Amino acid sequence: MQDAERIAAQAVERHRREPSQLLQILVETQDGIGHLPAASLTRIADLLDLPRSRVEGVAGFYSFLYTEPVGRYRILFSDNIIDRMLGSRGLMESLCRRLEVAPGEVSAGGAASVDTTSCTGMGDQGPAILVNGLAVTRLDEGRVERIASLVRAGTPLVEWPAEYFRVDDNIRRRGALLGEDFVPGAALQAAMARGRQGWLEEMRISGLRGRGGAGFTTAVKWLACRDAPGTDKVVVCNADEGEPGTFKDRVLLASQAERIFEGMTLAAWATGARQGLLYLRGEYRYLLKHLRAVLALRRAVGLLGARILGEGGFDFDIDIHLGAGAYVCGEETALLESLEGKRGTPRIRPPFPVTHGYLGRPTVVNNVETLAKTTLIALQGGAAFAATGTPQSTGTKLLSISGDCAYPGVYEYPFGVTIEHVLEDCGAHDPQVVQVGGASGVTIAGHEFHRRIAFEDVPTAGAFMVFDGRRDPFEMARNFVHFFAHESCGFCTPCRVGTALLKGYMDKLASGKGAKMDLADIEWLDRLLKNASHCGLGSSAPNPVIDTLIKFRPAYERRLVSLDFKPAFDLDAALETARRMTGRDDPAAHLDWREEV
Amino acid sequence: MGGKFLFDGRPVPFEEGQTILQAARAAGHYIPHLCWHPDFPPHGSCKLCIVKVGGRHVSSCALPARDGMEVESNTPEINGERRALLQMLFVEGNHFCPSCEKSGNCQLQALAYELDMSSARFAHFYPDRPVDASHPDVLLDFNRCIFCELCVRASRDVDHKGVFALTDRGIRKHLVVNAESGRLADTDFAVSDRAADICPVGVILHKRVGFALPIGERKYDEASICTVAMEKGE
Repeated sequence: MQDAERIAAQAVERHRREPSQLLQILVETQDGIGHLPAASLTRIADLLDLPRSRVEGVAGFYSFLYTEPVGRYRILFSDNIIDRMLGSRGLMESLCRRLEVAPGEVSAGGAASVDTTSCTGMGDQGPAILVNGLAVTRLDEGRVERIASLVRAGTPLVEWPAEYFRVDDNIRRRGALLGEDFVPGAALQAAMARGRQGWLEEMRISGLRGRGGAGFTTAVKWLACRDAPGTDKVVVCNADEGEPGTFKDRVLLASQAERIFEGMTLAAWATGARQGLLYLRGEYRYLLKHLRAVLALRRAVGLLGARILGEGGFDFDIDIHLGAGAYVCGEETALLESLEGKRGTPRIRPPFPVTHGYLGRPTVVNNVETLAKTTLIALQGGAAFAATGTPQSTGTKLLSISGDCAYPGVYEYPFGVTIEHVLEDCGAHDPQVVQVGGASGVTIAGHEFHRRIAFEDVPTAGAFMVFDGRRDPFEMARNFVHFFAHESCGFCTPCRVGTALLKGYMDKLASGKGAKMDLADIEWLDRLLKNASHCGLGSSAPNPVIDTLIKFRPAYERRLVSLDFKPAFDLDAALETARRMTGRDDPAAHLDWREEV
Repeated sequence: MGGKFLFDGRPVPFEEGQTILQAARAAGHYIPHLCWHPDFPPHGSCKLCIVKVGGRHVSSCALPARDGMEVESNTPEINGERRALLQMLFVEGNHFCPSCEKSGNCQLQALAYELDMSSARFAHFYPDRPVDASHPDVLLDFNRCIFCELCVRASRDVDHKGVFALTDRGIRKHLVVNAESGRLADTDFAVSDRAADICPVGVILHKRVGFALPIGERKYDEASICTVAMEKGE
């Protein structure tokens, strides 16, 4: 245990005893120990002068932090519906069998633990897993067999075949952003030549709207932050790409990091911010080294740091914060809480981040793709940018396409493209359903394939999951409901309890015990979640259920028993303890016995 | 700059900075709440205080009043949703009112009466939440926790001790105390703390005074929670 305390203390000192670094400290402490023993939390709390309860509260919030011992190899299967369609469940069973471990448990001797996790953003090259936080793609029976022997032999991860950790960009269609070479600094020079006000004016003309889902006009956000009182403004890049089925930000981070960091610097030029933070989801940890190298390079050539490109008073630098498995942190105020080293609970709004953001300072929070796009505006001007897309949705949109299609990957289209056009391009034969925008998005049925990808028609943060005639829309919705129940932060009553109840109802239907009244209850819960939730997670959690109930109602109805009501409480199962205690298991000891005679 | 808004059709004046709930209370209108407390900033987690403004649901404890707003609160629709939220809180924990020491003094129970909640409606979760009787003066029965965080806030912001915090998330979220052992006795919690008297339900109970006042003669046995809240400012 003394070792654990020493490792914890070192992590705290590396972060200069700064309480806002708590999450980073916990991540690094766990890296050194394997999990977070009670003594390490006590030590961290002491050194940071925080109540231990607060440290425990943060450690308990994030999926990738463990307060109990886990296996020396922690293997997590991405559990999105797309990974499942690619066979993840069978592969997980196979791996568990080979390692003699039950899902969610640690094998004898502590070698391995196997469990599921929310979508890891590898839908175009799944089934995917995380091994000690690192992404492994394209799993098949052969790889599972090999991984099992590597684990049994205790082979260090660095000696595993590099091929396992290969993550492809799979860029299938290039538009303005992905199609052009980028010279680092060029966009910044162009924007600086226009002056801060002139640059903001170009942003306004471009009509650029946030690519993270909400679609707020970027220039308005920047302007509000610039005009907010306070001189210590902050630019945050939201790279917490957690929406199931989305992976376009991963590809941008891997292939366009210069554009992303330059976009953050462009935001700093507009707002006067001096500090930049990129919040990288824990699942993309393997990109950390690459991103830090790009930052170092930009510093070396004067694109970051003091007096950027020689401009007096233009000082700006960027730090990377690592998430630890919490979808809700993609919500901008939860992300700010997480950046401050707290539980990722969405804040009450107003006030909004542009006036009261990171540590109470005026803060711009923009999505990865949004920031990358600003480099195009700087280089070509706002009008040229606005010439593509639709009047309300200017520019292009990156789609992460996965599921039942021949060519999964990242596609860049001008806004306004029809869904059927996209389906044709990606080689989808017999598409039945398209889930646009991820678990919180819109379920599109065949008769709607003429609809367009745009904020004014079918908005999307980037996910585009294709399901063909073999798939069951109910199972898709059930998978998403499980996802939301797992990811609810638990702050507000409707989301905390409502998502868990919804999961119960969907499971009851799946087990063939549903009744008409359950559908009424599901619809009632959907409405309550939509109306009363504290943030977008809760209010969009029922979307897939609402949509599939309207568009694919038979998928629900064929699961109902003929009764109007069937209790959720299983009376016969409740007698199990009594049966065990009395040693009886004959037919008369079961409730449904009388029905059979 | 203050102004006036309509609360269920009646004009309510407000001062700059007042929330809908504060202004409505000052004008004699009760809005149900659990996590809100007059001595603390709004928290906005229980959602019992939801109202409709311009067709949108908002938390009245947190939203500043604005001139000309039309607020719907005491309507069948909103009260129906509040009832469902109460039902959620009842099935989430283990609430056995007849044997609970807080019966008659419990805001959750009183609101359930106030809003005509006659069944739990949803399937119970029956969580396993052991009690903590380690402290000499106070018993913690986590079974009844509704996550209003009033004890968390009182201990952190008033007592400056940080005795309570929440950990885990979603439906597994739960209260923990500030000790490696997880026992209240190993914290610096005192019965005189503000946090010791803030729980709206029956989690934080003082020892040796249980049932001193018989059930039937307690606060919400004598008057409805609406009356108690408006007359005693609770």
